[in-house]
Amino acid sequence: MANIITDETIEYVGILAKLELSDEEREQAKKDMGRMLDYIDKLNELDTSGVEPMSHVFPVKNVFREDEVTNGDGSALTLKNAPEQKDGMFLVPKTFD
Amino acid sequence: MELLSLSAVELATAIKEGKTTAVEAMQAVLDKIRQSEELYNCYVTVDGENALRRAQAVQRRIESGELTGPLAGVPMAVKDNLCTEGLLTTCASKILSNFVPTFSAEAVLNLEKAGAVLIGKTNMDEFAMGSTTETSAYGATKNPRNPEHVPGGSSGGSAAAVAAEECFFALGSDTGGSIRQPASFCGVVGMKPTYGTVSRYGLVAYGSSLDQIGPLCKTVEDCAVILETIASHDEKDSTSVERQDTDFTSALVKEVKGLRIGIPRDYFGEGLDPEVKTAVLQAAELLKANGALVEEFDLSLVDYAIPAYYTIAAAEASSNLERFDGIKYGYRAEAEGLHQMYKKTRSQGFGPEVKRRIMLGSFVLSSGYYDAYYLKALRVKAMIKKAFDDAFAKYDCILGPAAPTTAPKLGESLADPIKMYLGDIYTISVNLAGLPGICVPCGTDGRGLPIGLQLIGDCFREKQLLQAAYTYEQLRKEGGKADV
Repeated sequence: MANIITDETIEYVGILAKLELSDEEREQAKKDMGRMLDYIDKLNELDTSGVEPMSHVFPVKNVFREDEVTNGDGSALTLKNAPEQKDGMFLVPKTFD
Repeated sequence: MELLSLSAVELATAIKEGKTTAVEAMQAVLDKIRQSEELYNCYVTVDGENALRRAQAVQRRIESGELTGPLAGVPMAVKDNLCTEGLLTTCASKILSNFVPTFSAEAVLNLEKAGAVLIGKTNMDEFAMGSTTETSAYGATKNPRNPEHVPGGSSGGSAAAVAAEECFFALGSDTGGSIRQPASFCGVVGMKPTYGTVSRYGLVAYGSSLDQIGPLCKTVEDCAVILETIASHDEKDSTSVERQDTDFTSALVKEVKGLRIGIPRDYFGEGLDPEVKTAVLQAAELLKANGALVEEFDLSLVDYAIPAYYTIAAAEASSNLERFDGIKYGYRAEAEGLHQMYKKTRSQGFGPEVKRRIMLGSFVLSSGYYDAYYLKALRVKAMIKKAFDDAFAKYDCILGPAAPTTAPKLGESLADPIKMYLGDIYTISVNLAGLPGICVPCGTDGRGLPIGLQLIGDCFREKQLLQAAYTYEQLRKEGGKADV
C-alpha cells in the first residue's frame, strides 16, 4: 500500500468530518482510506497540465432575482422538525458557561 | 384485465375509458404490496390509507374532465431521498428516521399535478451511496427476479417495486448510475436525463454536480411520458436548464435508419460477463439490421472515470452532509455540549459507507490535498467530457452494457468497496459529463437474471435516445432477431 494513513491524519479527518470513531472503526477507516487513495492515485498517470478543472459541465452563472419576499413567514414550518425548540428558536446544548 | 401488468400509460388510458378507476388501481397495488413486501422490502414507507384517499380525489377530477393526461390516476412510488410533504423521508438513514418534510420535491409536485398518485417511499442505499440497496438502515431490498440477488442501487427499491408490480412507475435519482444499474439488474427501463433537465429542488443532495432525478418504469413510452412531466425549469434550482424541447413523447417513433451508433471497444474488455456482452452486441446487431450505422471506436479514459468520480462525489457529499448535525431536523444524540452532540449524532446516525465517503471527501478537500486530489479529479473530468464531445462529433449515440455483470447475490458486495465501485464503470462517466443515458432490458443470463442495454446521448439529445430505445424495445417485442 502506497498511502499510509496515520493516526494523526485520521484524527484530523474525524475533526473535519465531525465524526467520532471507535478504535475498531478507526483502524478500518485507515485501511479503507489508504486503499481508496491508492486507487485514486491512478489519476496521476494522466498528464493534466494545461487542463482547466471543470466543476460544472455547463457554464454556471449567477441567477439573480429581485429581493422580494414571496413565501411569507415560514418559521413554524422551519421549526417543525427541530429535535428541540424554545420561543420560536432551535434549542441546542450549552456551548459555553 | 390483469391490472398490475399494465404500463402506466395503458393504465391511465383504461381509467380514462372507464374500464377501471384510480382507486381500483391503487387498491390492486396495495394488495400486491401486502402480499410480496415482506419478501422484497421495496418500500421504507407505504402510505396506504392516504394513498387511497388521494386516488379517490384524483378519480373525481378525472371524471369531471379536469385531469386528462397520460399519467392521471396512476399509482407511483418515490425514492426516499425525494422530499414528500407530510410523509416520512429517511434517505434510508437512521439520521433522518423521524424527518417529515414540510414541502415536496418539484419533480413529485409535477407528477401530482399530472394526476399520478403517491403510494409511498422506496428503499435505497443510505443517502444514495451504494450499488446494491444493502446499505439501507431499513434492511436490504431483494431482486424480484430472484430474491437471493440484490436489486442494484442506489435506487434499488424503485427498480424492484416496478419489477414486482408494487407500483406502475417510480422516481429514482442517479449520481453515478443509481437509476440505470438497478434498472439493468431488475429488468426495467430507467433513464438519467441531461444534468439540469429535472429540478433537484427537494432532492436530498449527495453529489450536487452529478445528481439527476429520473424515471424507472416498464416501457420506453412510460419513460418518455414521465420525463416530459418532470422536466421543468425551476427558479428554486439554479442549475435547472430552460429547455424548449421537452416534448419527449414526440420521439416515440420506430425508426433507426441512418442513426449513427458508436460502440466503445473499451466497454467490452476485461471484467465484462460474456453473457452480458453477447446480449448487448445482439441488441446492436438488431438495430444494425434495421438500418442503424453501427461502428466500434475507442472512447478512451474509461478506467479513470471511477477514481475521478469517487473523489468528486465524496468531496461534494462531505460538504452536503454537513447539514445533518442534530439541530434543525432528524436524529439528535444526547451529549454534553454542542460539539460532542454534533459528533455523537453523526457517528450514531450515519452508516459505514456514508462515513467512509464523508471522511474521504473531507480528506481530499483538506488543505494540502485539495490540489492533488480534488482539482486533479476535476481536470480529469474535463478530459472525460472532451472524450465524449469527440465521440458525439461522429455518433448520435453510444451503445454498451449498463453494468459488467447481472445482479450479484445478496451479501457479496459490501466487503470490498473498490470492487463494488468498479461495477459502476459504464454508468459513472455519463454523470461526470452531464449526459443523458437510458437502460432498457435486452435479455437474461443463464440463471434468468436480466441484462440491460445502455444508450448514451449527447447533452440535450434525449429524443434521439428515446427513439433508439423505443425502436429496440419494439423490435425485441416483435421477436426480432438480427440476421447477422
